Amino acid sequence: MQYKSQAVAKPYFIAAIGLFIGQILFGLIMGYQYVVGDFLFPAIPFNVARMVHTNLLIVWTLFAFMGAGYYLIPEEAETELFSPKLAIIMFWIFLVAGALTIVGYLAVPYATLARMTGNDILATMGREFLEQPLPTKVGIVIVALAFLFNISLTVLKGRKTSISLVLLLGLWGLAVFFLFSFYNPSNLVLDKYFWWWTVHLWVEGVWELILGAMLAFVLIKITGVDREVIEKWLYVIIAMTLITGIIGTGHHYFWIGAPEYWQWFGSVFSALEPIPFFMMTVFAFNMVNRRRREHPNKAATLWALGTGVMSFLGAGVWGFMHTLAPVNFYTHGTQITAAHGHMAFYGAYAMVNLTMISYAMPMLRGRSANSGPAQTLEMWSFWLMTVSMVFITLFLTAAGILQIWLQRMGSNPMSFMDTQDQVMLFYWLREIAGLVFFVGLVLYIWSFFCKKGEARFAA
Amino acid sequence: MSETFTKAMARNIFYGGAVFFFLLFIALTFDTVQTLPKRDHRENITDSVVRGKHIWETRDCVGCHTILGEGAYFAPELGNVYKRRGGDFIKAWIKSQPTGAPGRRQMPQFNLTDQQLDDLVSFLKWTSEINTSNWPPNIEG
Repeated sequence: MQYKSQAVAKPYFIAAIGLFIGQILFGLIMGYQYVVGDFLFPAIPFNVARMVHTNLLIVWTLFAFMGAGYYLIPEEAETELFSPKLAIIMFWIFLVAGALTIVGYLAVPYATLARMTGNDILATMGREFLEQPLPTKVGIVIVALAFLFNISLTVLKGRKTSISLVLLLGLWGLAVFFLFSFYNPSNLVLDKYFWWWTVHLWVEGVWELILGAMLAFVLIKITGVDREVIEKWLYVIIAMTLITGIIGTGHHYFWIGAPEYWQWFGSVFSALEPIPFFMMTVFAFNMVNRRRREHPNKAATLWALGTGVMSFLGAGVWGFMHTLAPVNFYTHGTQITAAHGHMAFYGAYAMVNLTMISYAMPMLRGRSANSGPAQTLEMWSFWLMTVSMVFITLFLTAAGILQIWLQRMGSNPMSFMDTQDQVMLFYWLREIAGLVFFVGLVLYIWSFFCKKGEARFAA
Repeated sequence: MSETFTKAMARNIFYGGAVFFFLLFIALTFDTVQTLPKRDHRENITDSVVRGKHIWETRDCVGCHTILGEGAYFAPELGNVYKRRGGDFIKAWIKSQPTGAPGRRQMPQFNLTDQQLDDLVSFLKWTSEINTSNWPPNIEG
């Protein structure tokens, strides 16, 4: 760690990991509800568990993005953070707001929560992923703006690298496109059309800029490859991301009432969306192969390579699988979507966060890398989580194909619930894979507390 | 990547590409918004439909069900449920929840008034009439 103020990243990373644990626990609850429908009913109905599961994912990703910003911006700008104090205040505001939101979901019926939090003044709740009460949404905007203010001023007073610029662009985009979450017209078609301006332009747009910048930063550090080369790759990757991804939004406009030309625009452009992810894989492997130093942090290198591969598989391949309109006609809104969502989010965003944390946390704890045994544990957790996520995806894909076959093809289609009974075996297998993922997560946490062989690596 | 292809060139492709395609997206959006009234039949969005959407949102229906294929995949598609089941069935179904059948997926009891049930049905009826380019493939959703 080169600058004292980078230390503010530490609580952000710790909170991110804590919320990640919560996300997985609620994922396991939901996975079990898929096979034993009345599990925990009526205490935690499925929709509540799902809100907690997806919202925790979003919030822990935001925590990790902010931690990454606070860690890498001072180092890139070669100056202390504009205001470490503001960063710490925002941390507590965000953590408390996030915790209260989750408690709200779990403690009171959603309709009551909506009434209590002013949803009748400005109705924004009850839409997928944007279920947060109005005060939480406003809080997210305030925290994001304070964070952007802080890191933007840091960059302005220091060195301006391409990596900081791309990161800033991505984060400003994140804040700007979140504003569409406040727009909720009573016309469902318009509602859906602009809902995607937050959801798609986040995950298949500006978040990829953040991902690219984080990955590029870690690759410079662990490989020692010339910055010019890495930043050139970064620009090419994110150029392809936006060239394909912006119009690629159209793959969500096939069946929600939008004009039919979106079937062409959406299919063609989103079919190209795997390209930037493929380039990301090539980029990561290329840079590691051309490395000019042997960084002691092998685990971070593994996570960086893993991010390239898994984001390509999850977002690229699994996305392409159902993105062409004639295919999507049958797959839309089935377990295929769930399969893609799981591997894409894990492979791209969870893994880039874990890459950043893997690289930065040892530094924040005053050493260049963790001890050998601690890294071995972390690498075990990498393989357990990653391989089990591959299996979760494969089982959900199998469930999805069967679901489509039984419910949507042929002259005598089955009802939704009858179909669900037929694919139960795959839901059981998915839940088992989920438990293995959880074991991986436990090993991951354990790796932070592993004291073995620590003395040798003390900085 | 080759030496003749510089970082500045890559950066220019990024900025140029991003701006161009974002402007194209805005142009297409403008056209879409102009065309939508013919496809969403907004003249049929009554106060009841508006209230029904509010019920739909504040009960987080989308946390289990899909609507026009978006939402959760735990319970049936409801974009076309009005056509599949009809209004009376929908109301009776909501009132009779949860079934309490052991081991089966359960839907909460929302204690909706008759007015609220009517509003929700109006919303689902309007939704079922949106021109979705013939999606879903069949009545089962």
